[in-house]
Amino acid sequence: MLLAVAPAQASEPGKPGELGELRAQLDALKSDYQARINVLESRVAQLEAQVAAQPQLPPQPLPPVVLPVVLPPPAPAPSGGGAGGANAFNPAISVILGGRYAQLDADPASYRIGGFMPSGDGVGPGRRGFDLGESELTLAANVDPYFYANLTASLSAENTVSVEEAYIKTLALPSGLSLKAGRFFSGIGYVNEVHSHAWDFVDQPLVYQALFGGQLAQDGAQLKWLAPTDLFIELAAETGDGGQYPGTRLAGNGLNGGALLAHLGNDIGDSASWRAGLSWLSRRAEDRSYADVDGSGAPVTDAFTGRSRTWIADAILKWAPHGNGNLRSLKLQAEYLQRTEDGQLSLATAQQLRSGGYHARQSGWYVQGVYQFLPRWRFGLRYDSLDSGEVAIGLVQQGLLPLADFALLAPASPSRVSAMFDWNPSEFSRLRLQYAWDEARASVRDQQLMLQYLYSIGAHGAHKF
Amino acid sequence: MNRTTHAAMATILALFALPQPARAALRVLATTPEWAALTRELGGDKVDVYAATSAFQDVHRVDAKPSLVARARNADLVVAAGAELEVGWLPILLRESGNARIQPGNPGYFEADANLRLLEVPSTVDRSMGDVHPQGNPHAHLDARNVAIVATALVTRLAVVDPADAPYYQARGVDFQLRWQSAMARWEAQAAPLKGTAVVVIHRDQVYLCHWLGLVEVAAIEPKPGVPPSSSYLAELVTKLNAAPPKMILRNAYNDSKAVDWLAERIHVPVVLLPYSVGGTPAASDLFKLFDDTINRLTGVTK
Repeated sequence: MLLAVAPAQASEPGKPGELGELRAQLDALKSDYQARINVLESRVAQLEAQVAAQPQLPPQPLPPVVLPVVLPPPAPAPSGGGAGGANAFNPAISVILGGRYAQLDADPASYRIGGFMPSGDGVGPGRRGFDLGESELTLAANVDPYFYANLTASLSAENTVSVEEAYIKTLALPSGLSLKAGRFFSGIGYVNEVHSHAWDFVDQPLVYQALFGGQLAQDGAQLKWLAPTDLFIELAAETGDGGQYPGTRLAGNGLNGGALLAHLGNDIGDSASWRAGLSWLSRRAEDRSYADVDGSGAPVTDAFTGRSRTWIADAILKWAPHGNGNLRSLKLQAEYLQRTEDGQLSLATAQQLRSGGYHARQSGWYVQGVYQFLPRWRFGLRYDSLDSGEVAIGLVQQGLLPLADFALLAPASPSRVSAMFDWNPSEFSRLRLQYAWDEARASVRDQQLMLQYLYSIGAHGAHKF
Repeated sequence: MNRTTHAAMATILALFALPQPARAALRVLATTPEWAALTRELGGDKVDVYAATSAFQDVHRVDAKPSLVARARNADLVVAAGAELEVGWLPILLRESGNARIQPGNPGYFEADANLRLLEVPSTVDRSMGDVHPQGNPHAHLDARNVAIVATALVTRLAVVDPADAPYYQARGVDFQLRWQSAMARWEAQAAPLKGTAVVVIHRDQVYLCHWLGLVEVAAIEPKPGVPPSSSYLAELVTKLNAAPPKMILRNAYNDSKAVDWLAERIHVPVVLLPYSVGGTPAASDLFKLFDDTINRLTGVTK
C-alpha cells in the first residue's frame, strides 16, 4: 500500500521564478501525503494488531487484496458496565409482597392435624378475612471470588421481622463441592427449599405442616457434592443446632442431628426433565412440649424427649413442548415422608408429672399437578393424605392412663383436596384462587376459599427447578 | 451414629472415589444454540459443546434444570449471550455448579454481548416498560457483523482457557473470518433489495437483523417486551397497519403462531417464519446456514 506514495517523488525542475511557487506546492503536497501516510500507517498498525491476535495462518498465503476486507469492524467499546460510585456494589434487592383473603367454614383457631403432635406456627390455613400475609425482603450478592451471601427477611402481618434465611455459600471449592453455612432451608425433599411465594398453592402440603411445622430451616452448615457426570447426581450432608421441630435446641454443647440427601435428575427428550431424591433427617428432642386436654377436658402439658428420624422420597417431572413453557407446560410432583420417633413421653397435670416410653411411626404424602393451559393461566390439583400410624404410649400400655388423656394422639387419617387457578399478568405478578376441602381435623370438613396476590419487585427472581 | 448413617456415609465416600472421566476436549456449556454453533466453528474437534437451549425455547424462560446444573459442573467454559438474557437461570446454574472455573470474572465465563455495542440501551428502566434489559437488547446475533466481532473475542478466550491448543483456535479463527466475510458479502448483496422494507415483528428480538439489513420495523405484536398483546391492542394494530401495510410479518421458530396468523389474516400480509437460531428450521443446521436460510426466507427464495 505504501507503494502508492512513490509518485510523489516525480517532479520536474522549473524556471527560477517559479521556484518559490513550486516549493510551496511541493510543501503542500508533502504535508498532504504526510497526512495520508499517517492515515495509512495507522490503518496498517491497526490491521497488524488484529492480525497479531491471529498469527497462526494456515500454510497457504492469505490473498493480500482480501485481507483488509476480511477483518471485522473494530470492536466498539462494550456497552456493558453499570454506574460506578459507592452504590455500584450494592447487593441485588428483591421484595415480595403477598396478601390474601380467606373464607373458612371452620374457625382456624380450632385447626389441628389429627393424630399428630402440634408442630408449630406454620400449620393451618391462616386467619379469616383479609390477611396481609408475609412480605419478603431479599438481599444477595457475591462477597468476593470465594463466597456468595444471601439474606431473606420475612415481615409478618403481625409486625414482626424474622430471619428466614441468612447464609453464605462457597463458590470456589474444588471437585464440585460447595459449603453453605448460616440459616437456610434444608435441602431435604423437594418443596422444603422452595420459598412460599414460589409455591404452586397458597399453603404447604399437609405432611410438611404436620412433620416440620412448615419449612424446615437449618441453623448450621450444608456440604454438597455434585458428581462429575452428565447425569445430575447431588449428595449433601447437613448438620446444625437442630432447634426447629421435630428437634429442640439442646442444653449441652455439640450439634443436634443432621440430614443426608441425594438427588438424581436428567432430561427425557427435549420436552421433559425430572428430579428424584431420597433424604434422611435425624434430630434429638428434649422436652418438646405441647398443650393438650385429658379425658376430663382439663388442660395438660405433654412433652417428648427422644430421637426423631424422617425419611423422604420426592420426585418431580416438568414437561413443556420442546422445553418452551410460554404456551403450555405441566408440572407433576409427589413426596412421601415417614417419621419414626423413639423416647419418653411425659404428661403433666396441675398435680403430677408422669412419664413413660413412646414409639411412633407416622407418615404422609401428597401428589400435585399444575397445568399451564394458556400463556398466563394455570390450573392445579393437589391431594394430601396423612396416616397417624402406630403410636405406642407407655403410660397407656402400662394401664396408668387411658388413651383419652392423649386426645391429640387419637388415631386419625387426615386428608385434603385443593384446587387452584392462577393468572400471571407477567413473570412478576400472580393472582390466585384456591378452594380446598380440608379434613385435617378428626371430625370436621373445612371448606376453604382463598384469594391470593403475589408481587415481586427488584432483582429478577430465580427460575429454580 | 447408627448403622443407616454409616451406610449413607460409605455411599458418599464411594461416590467420591469414582474415577473422573477422561478429559478429551474442552467442555463448553453455551446458553444458546447460535453461540454453541460459533464455538463449534472455532473450536473444531478440540471442544465438546453442549447447548443449554434450543431454537424452540424462549431463552428468557428456562429453568435451572438438573441436566444443566450437571453440565455446568463439568464445564471448562460457559459461553453466554449476556446482557441479562439468561438472568433467570444462569446465575443459579453457576452458583449450584460447585465449579470455580466458570464463575463470572474468571476466564471460564464468556459473555458474547459484552463485546458488542448493543442497541436499545434504555436511559431509564422500569418494569412498567415490560421485560427491558438495562444493558440493551440482548438478541444481538442476527446482525452477522456482530458474529464476526464475537468470534474474534471468543478465539482469544478459547486460547486463554486452553493455551495448549491456542494456535489451533487462532488458525480456525482466521479461516472462519475469511469464510464469514465472503458469506456476509453474499448475504448483504442478496438482501440489498430488502432495504427499507416495512416489517412487523413479535418480540423485539429481530432488531439486530433489521438494523443490519435495513428492514424497517413498523410495529411489534408485543406492546412491550415480554408482554402479550391484548385484544384491544391488536385491534389498534389492525387499523394502523391496514392504513400503511407492511411487507411481511416476521415470526421466530419459538413463537406461537396464533397472534401472528390472526393479524396476518386481517391485514393480508404474509408471515415469514425465520429460524432465529441454529436448528430453528431444518435448513438452518449451522451458523452459515442459519443466515442462508434467514435471508432466503426473507427474499422469498424458500417458502
